[in-house]
Amino acid sequence: MTGERIVGVSVPRKEGRDKVTGHAQYVDDMTLPGMLYGATVRSQVPRGRIRTIAFGPGIAWNEFVVVTARDITGKNVIALIADDQPCLADGLVNHPEEPILLLAHPNRHLLPQAVQAVSIEYEQLPAVFTMEESESHSQIIWGADNTFKTYRVEKGEVDGVWEKADHIVEGEYWTGAQEQLYIENNGMIASFDPQQGITVWGSLQCPYYVHKALMALCNLAADKVRVVQMETGGAFGGKEEYPSMIAAHTALLAIKSGRPVKIIYDRMEDMVATTKRHPSRTRHRTAVNKDGRILGGEIEFTVDGGAYATLSSVVLSRATIHAGGAYYWPNVRIKARAIATNTPPHGAFRGFGAPQSLFALERHMDRIAEVVGLSSIEIRKRNFLKPGQMTTTEQTVREPIDMEQILDRALKLSDYEAKKQRFAKENETSTSKKGMGIAAFLHGAGFTGSGERNLGSVVGVEGCADGRVRVLVSSTEFGQGTKTVLCQIAAEALGLPYENVEIAQADTNEVPNSGPTVASRTVMVVGKLVQSAALGIKQTLVASGLMGDSYSPEEFRAACRSQMATRGSFRSWVRYEAPADVFWDDDKYRGEAYAAFAWAVYVAEVTVDLTSYTASIDDFVAVQEVGKVLHPVLARGQIAGGIAQGIGYTLYEKVIWQNGRMQNGQMTNYIMPTSADLPPIRVFFEEMGNIHGAFGAKGIGELPMDGPAPAILNAAEDAVKVRFNSIPLLPEDIFEALVGDREPHAAGGVR
Amino acid sequence: MTGSLSSGSPAPCDLSFTVNGELKTVRVYPMERLLDVLRHQLELTGAKEGCGEGECGSCSVLLNGALVNSCLVPVLQAEGADIVTIEGLAAGAQLDRLQEAFLTCGGAQCGICTPGMILAAHHLLRRKPDPTMDEIREGLSGNLCRCTGYIQIFEAVAEAARRGANS
Amino acid sequence: MRSNPTDYQLVAPAGLQAVLSLLAADPGGWLPIAGGTDVMVQYAAGKLPARKLVSIWNLPELRCIEVLPDEIRIGAGCTYTDLREHESVQREFTLLARAAAWTGGIANQNRGTLGGNIVNASPAADSLPALLVYEAELILVSVRGERRVPYRNFHTGYKQMELASDELVRTICLARRFSGHLAYTRKVGARNAQAISKVCIAALGQCTSGVIEDVRIALGSVAPVPIRLTETERLVTGRPIDSLLLTLARKAGVAEIQPIDDIRSNARYRSAVAGNLVVEFLEKLSAGENRT
Repeated sequence: MTGERIVGVSVPRKEGRDKVTGHAQYVDDMTLPGMLYGATVRSQVPRGRIRTIAFGPGIAWNEFVVVTARDITGKNVIALIADDQPCLADGLVNHPEEPILLLAHPNRHLLPQAVQAVSIEYEQLPAVFTMEESESHSQIIWGADNTFKTYRVEKGEVDGVWEKADHIVEGEYWTGAQEQLYIENNGMIASFDPQQGITVWGSLQCPYYVHKALMALCNLAADKVRVVQMETGGAFGGKEEYPSMIAAHTALLAIKSGRPVKIIYDRMEDMVATTKRHPSRTRHRTAVNKDGRILGGEIEFTVDGGAYATLSSVVLSRATIHAGGAYYWPNVRIKARAIATNTPPHGAFRGFGAPQSLFALERHMDRIAEVVGLSSIEIRKRNFLKPGQMTTTEQTVREPIDMEQILDRALKLSDYEAKKQRFAKENETSTSKKGMGIAAFLHGAGFTGSGERNLGSVVGVEGCADGRVRVLVSSTEFGQGTKTVLCQIAAEALGLPYENVEIAQADTNEVPNSGPTVASRTVMVVGKLVQSAALGIKQTLVASGLMGDSYSPEEFRAACRSQMATRGSFRSWVRYEAPADVFWDDDKYRGEAYAAFAWAVYVAEVTVDLTSYTASIDDFVAVQEVGKVLHPVLARGQIAGGIAQGIGYTLYEKVIWQNGRMQNGQMTNYIMPTSADLPPIRVFFEEMGNIHGAFGAKGIGELPMDGPAPAILNAAEDAVKVRFNSIPLLPEDIFEALVGDREPHAAGGVR
Repeated sequence: MTGSLSSGSPAPCDLSFTVNGELKTVRVYPMERLLDVLRHQLELTGAKEGCGEGECGSCSVLLNGALVNSCLVPVLQAEGADIVTIEGLAAGAQLDRLQEAFLTCGGAQCGICTPGMILAAHHLLRRKPDPTMDEIREGLSGNLCRCTGYIQIFEAVAEAARRGANS
Repeated sequence: MRSNPTDYQLVAPAGLQAVLSLLAADPGGWLPIAGGTDVMVQYAAGKLPARKLVSIWNLPELRCIEVLPDEIRIGAGCTYTDLREHESVQREFTLLARAAAWTGGIANQNRGTLGGNIVNASPAADSLPALLVYEAELILVSVRGERRVPYRNFHTGYKQMELASDELVRTICLARRFSGHLAYTRKVGARNAQAISKVCIAALGQCTSGVIEDVRIALGSVAPVPIRLTETERLVTGRPIDSLLLTLARKAGVAEIQPIDDIRSNARYRSAVAGNLVVEFLEKLSAGENRT
């Protein structure tokens, strides 16, 4: 047994050496013999009927493979939830860049011209581009009323609070679309064999999502579809559902041509055609008493889902549940809605609805503070959820969380009080104004409610004859440390050296479905299953008398060898079982929404330069309670990276829309922060443990996305005493708010 | 080899240059991008295409000792040059101090920016063996990372600088 | 990558004369490409009209810096890194050294050239406001010989320039008489590095006892070409810097520019920031601080 603990130590990243030497294999690094390259012909109109398709002159069309909707043998759909999104448009198009047909050729250099040479004529139909247009029902573009999904949460008796209120505070808050901007574009390779079926290799988060989609599309049985994840260069949700689409395209070309086919998007195609974070609008109306306590409120939350349902219902769900944040609402009504527009469907992006609703809430708390005459700190302290109280969905807080203490710690670390006083004085005469802002929030880890039960994730751990142990999961690595942490967990559970544990490549022929790599569930939920499965290996060997309860790695190896000799392969399987005392009512949207919440307070120090109207961040403090830190370097890296994306979301990243199409689909014009733009990000952890997570861990991947936007805007308002309620907040917006005579423009994602 | 000066149709030509210390000769069209020649003809896939516009730096290589974005270099202009890619940094099993530091400090998460980032850091440390944090920021400002928020990358570069000073 | 490399010719004649002969033999038929940081972006986007290119990268005649008693002569093929690393440029032409330091990242500075910046003629080009205030002169060269023109007359309109179809920019000449001036430059972009400017200012000034003796102010990204604010300069020369002058200067500066709405920013913002930068310059001049 190893005396030293592995969990809690920053062990080497499992695939790190390959990454730093340039040997890691991403999908575009792989070629197969006889491989063709594929490309997609996409709609140039936002909504319409396809009238004619013509293949123009100057191209040797007989050399190309051409695939249309007609070539689909199964269902022309990307199977996900509502199954309303076609793989290839057939007759109707509902958004710009919607895929219509596919081309392939051995020479990748010939594809761009060929794509240009396909001319498509449309009968255009009136299109809807904004939430307001969609809500007006002047055009019905989806279903009966342009509505993908609604949720309604009711707690207490909200209609009775208004007359009791000393203050009624209203506010409207907007967030724009955000591009995930993984540095590796989407890509996929497919190969088809009539006996073996379809195999795809790609950049992806969820092998079994792709597997399910290809079964439906190609009308193939489960054992005739194989999905293999390659090294994936960033994902952030942008490769949760979208890979099913590009896998479908490569598969169709591979089937038709009988050759392997590779499709790799270039940056512009990836930006304009794939998913983005849902734009949102939140309306708060809150009844508050003179002591600043929330008596109750109504929250109306709306997201723009784009042209097809995809994951909007789930994004909406998370946004709804997080809309009340880390506070106690004795009475609340939350009405949430996901609606359709003729834009490329919006999709998963780290945070998944929570950054949107928490932005609104944390801005609104500062507004409430202002109206009541309390500080940003005091208003929060008076309303924080305490152990024993219930959330907006009536989930009882069962852990000894003390948000006041986390807030105090964050204020101390950021020198908040002293700075706020100093800035107030200096701002009187300076041409740069400085301010401090806070955000307090929580993030639920794992799938919502009955989600984990419905997933029924399965995990395997395998003992090998040479004493090595292999972890078998479909959970994928894309930088966040899946491989490293799951191996740490198995090694710790078995008392073996970390070096003796490996993890199988995420290949649906080799690994069970441990659920998608999303929702901050991998370490907490899947990790706990890995822990159990690893213990299962030990129990089997001990029960067979092949080793004692305490053993060395050599004894373990000998026991495995004996086990293999008598029984053949040696695997321990575990399936997720929901805790008995966790209840969720899907109809009333009430109950235990998440098995665990992580809690956080972030503090931003912001300078607004009045010469250029730019806001920049001088210091950023992030304090979070995360159950247990299993790998300090990885955990800190997750928080810092998430905050950087949050800073981009707030101050830099704007999608410029025109008629439903992104106009700034290049890195030159879609601005993410460089190394020269980010402040020191100071990360601090607290650990309260978590009975539902491996070694007490909670999910943390998405948490850091929730705090930056409201903390920064709260600080910017503190600096210049102007209300900003919309992100992204660009210098042009700050200028208009300070100097212009018009209202700041609504969030860029809306129109 | 200067290529044909007549205005006939383009033709491929043989070009030679050194890559990671080895002389290579390739038959290429002069306007093929150096990035594509490295990745396809020479199968050195460490350099990546992240944007094709010279913004992300994931295609960075060293060309005669200078950090360049290989997606913006026509291969003809690399004739006779001395090129170093990420594959050329490690000496067999022995990793370069930057590679070691990236591993220790968490400088690589998804890894796609890592080859370019390490070469940019290598380029910086050659010129500034003991850089300040501002100099590190500036030296890496042409390499975008979406995963790390740069913090642990800066720390890795500073750590590599320290190790270099001590060796 | 949206272009087909087999559709393109690229030749690399050995030496400037060979390049000029090629350009003369087929005027307008060959597009010169130096470091490629603009041309290759267009090419990868499938938006490069030219099919025949001639490489002028690393030609010794173009990539040199000569320091003479009265002027320095910068070869058009010098990269931004060459400019940053040259002692005389750093010391005497800080506006240009600074502009070179904020053009792209290190990798693009190692390949982008001053000549390329001039000939690509983006209104947002980083180095051009500095050339305007330093009153640069360009030496243009062809098989017919060379001619020297003031840079301020070179760009005549958006992407239009006084350059014959067989000519190259060979040298940028800067008179060595500005070391005594206060130098101020600032770029306002979407982020701190690798940004195309929304507004950019380069300015020089001399001020004695609070009275302006000599002032040159140039702005980029606020007109089809980078411009000198000649009316504003005239207005402020010989006057003491006080708050009234700042107000007048702001107004005059804004009146001289024609900013537009585009994908990066809008005209109202650009106007306001341009005015602020003019004022900030005059305040620095008044305080006697160098701001670069």
